[in-house]
Amino acid sequence: MKPLSDKMVTRLRAAVELPELEGERYKILRPLARGGMGTVYLAEDALLERKVAIKVTNIADSSGELAARMWQEATIIARLEHPGIVPIHDLGQTTDGRVFYVMRLVEGRRLDEYASQTESLAERLRVFLKVCETVAFAHASGVLHRDLKPENIMVGPFGEVMVMDWGVAKVMPRMTTDEVDDRSRAHAMLNTHSGNGTAHGTVVGTPDYMAPEQAAGRTDLLNERMDVYSLGAVLYFLLTERSPLVANERATFERSPIAPRELNPKLPRAIAAICVKAMSPDQNGRYASAQELAAEITRFLDGLPVAAYRENVFERVGHWLGRNRFLVLLVMAYLLMRIFVLLAFRR
Amino acid sequence: MVVLPHWMIALPGESGEDAGMERDSGLSLGGDRFPRTRWSAIVAARSENAAERDCALETIIAAYWKPAYKYIRLKWHKSHADAADLTQGFFTKAIEKNFFHDYNPAKAKFRTFLCACLDGFVANEEKAAHRLKRGGASQILSLDFQSAEGEFQQLEIPVAESPDAYFEKEWVRSLFSLALEALRAELEAGGKGIHFQLFELYYLGAEDESEISYAGLAARFCITTAKVTNYLALARREFRRILLAKLRELTATEEEYRREVRALFGHNGQD
Repeated sequence: MKPLSDKMVTRLRAAVELPELEGERYKILRPLARGGMGTVYLAEDALLERKVAIKVTNIADSSGELAARMWQEATIIARLEHPGIVPIHDLGQTTDGRVFYVMRLVEGRRLDEYASQTESLAERLRVFLKVCETVAFAHASGVLHRDLKPENIMVGPFGEVMVMDWGVAKVMPRMTTDEVDDRSRAHAMLNTHSGNGTAHGTVVGTPDYMAPEQAAGRTDLLNERMDVYSLGAVLYFLLTERSPLVANERATFERSPIAPRELNPKLPRAIAAICVKAMSPDQNGRYASAQELAAEITRFLDGLPVAAYRENVFERVGHWLGRNRFLVLLVMAYLLMRIFVLLAFRR
Repeated sequence: MVVLPHWMIALPGESGEDAGMERDSGLSLGGDRFPRTRWSAIVAARSENAAERDCALETIIAAYWKPAYKYIRLKWHKSHADAADLTQGFFTKAIEKNFFHDYNPAKAKFRTFLCACLDGFVANEEKAAHRLKRGGASQILSLDFQSAEGEFQQLEIPVAESPDAYFEKEWVRSLFSLALEALRAELEAGGKGIHFQLFELYYLGAEDESEISYAGLAARFCITTAKVTNYLALARREFRRILLAKLRELTATEEEYRREVRALFGHNGQD
């Protein structure tokens, strides 16, 4: 047998990785993205004659851990029917024993790519608002994402937003916001009984966008505020185009990152304050929910005062004038007319 | 309420993690891809049982002799004859002195250990200048150094590549070559020679995979395209199984095996 060239080895490697879907209605076309848990392929659904995306567990899964997580991810996404969450069409197992799920093919740009091509702060914030709303929906359905970052958010050509990759998401018992303070006890119970528990001290997520308590593996502090921190870190990225950890070489999980306005002095103080509040190292210093954060962003976009920032008199007047531009113009026009009439009569 | 298969109830990191995976379930995770009973040549090389030890050493040598030869050629700038002698000498001495008995999987991966042993051996041999003596007396292993030399000459070595990285790459090449040989033997013995021929043609037959189509193969072998699809799927599945089994043989622990699979297929990050 002739020696295997590097190219041949690469092709054999790809052959080994290729999921076996014979007998299924899907034909694998090419890999789209690779991750620690699975690879996403572009595929064709022969029955419905459309392109789909198929996520398949990697072959490095001798214990079945990845398969279990993938199955869990698929069932979590399936329960979250929302325009901001990619719908699942099918779930199954390949003939070589790997788990796969089929989802809608999402076309668009990742949020980091979108940000690099979008100048307008208002446009960026409108996209961020949709991310907050999607995460708020997931929280209301009892699911924490736990790995929010620009790379996991897709922005479609018409500004539609998809929150992707729910591989480390966690199902929580349904609770009202009043019960937030009692969660430690509830999570201890969850970790004992639930199939998707995370052992205390286990760190899941991406360090750059991770809440300090998440980085410390504090599963007893697991609640919506962890995701609120990550949303704050995503907002930080949208405001400064840097992740909080990259922005601050000295940053640790206990220390706040460099203030956004130090990196981008043109930022309005109110939005910078919202970001800082969302990323408070202390859970209680953050917004209690993604919904609350979304409401702040909406207030900011509408030119209303925000809870995170106390405006001075001039800013308040400026905002009031901005909000009541039509009325102010009307009054000014009336006054000018009166002055004109007065001057005319004097002559 | 979603009813999860019971293997999902215990995830690793929780109590009874692996036990949960072992039981039968609707989805047999791992299935035939990952046989639960593992035989490790690295572990067996330290066995007290001589027959088992010999079998293990044979497996290790089959996987590592070519990378070792090429590594000596590249790193130590030895001629073909010297590198062949040194490779022979190294593995002969490894058998005689049971080098691999000292390997501790907790400290380093086997390849790192083997490279360190190899470097030490070559350095000692250089000092003692025993090359002639060794060359005359130790030809007990039947290794095809001509083919190894042919590969060394034929395959391009990037200038910036370190000897360690080169060894790593050659080990991967050796592993795939062994798996391919085993696939051929297995399919031909099972009367499935056509499966191997299709696999070889499709994956290794042309520089560019797109040059070969299923339809082209079907016409060439006078079978239907559906058969080509099925035969290739079977060959791929067998190749995957053989390759992973070989890798399992060449790792000492389950953790090392998982690490190696991740490294081999480049899945190191989180999703």
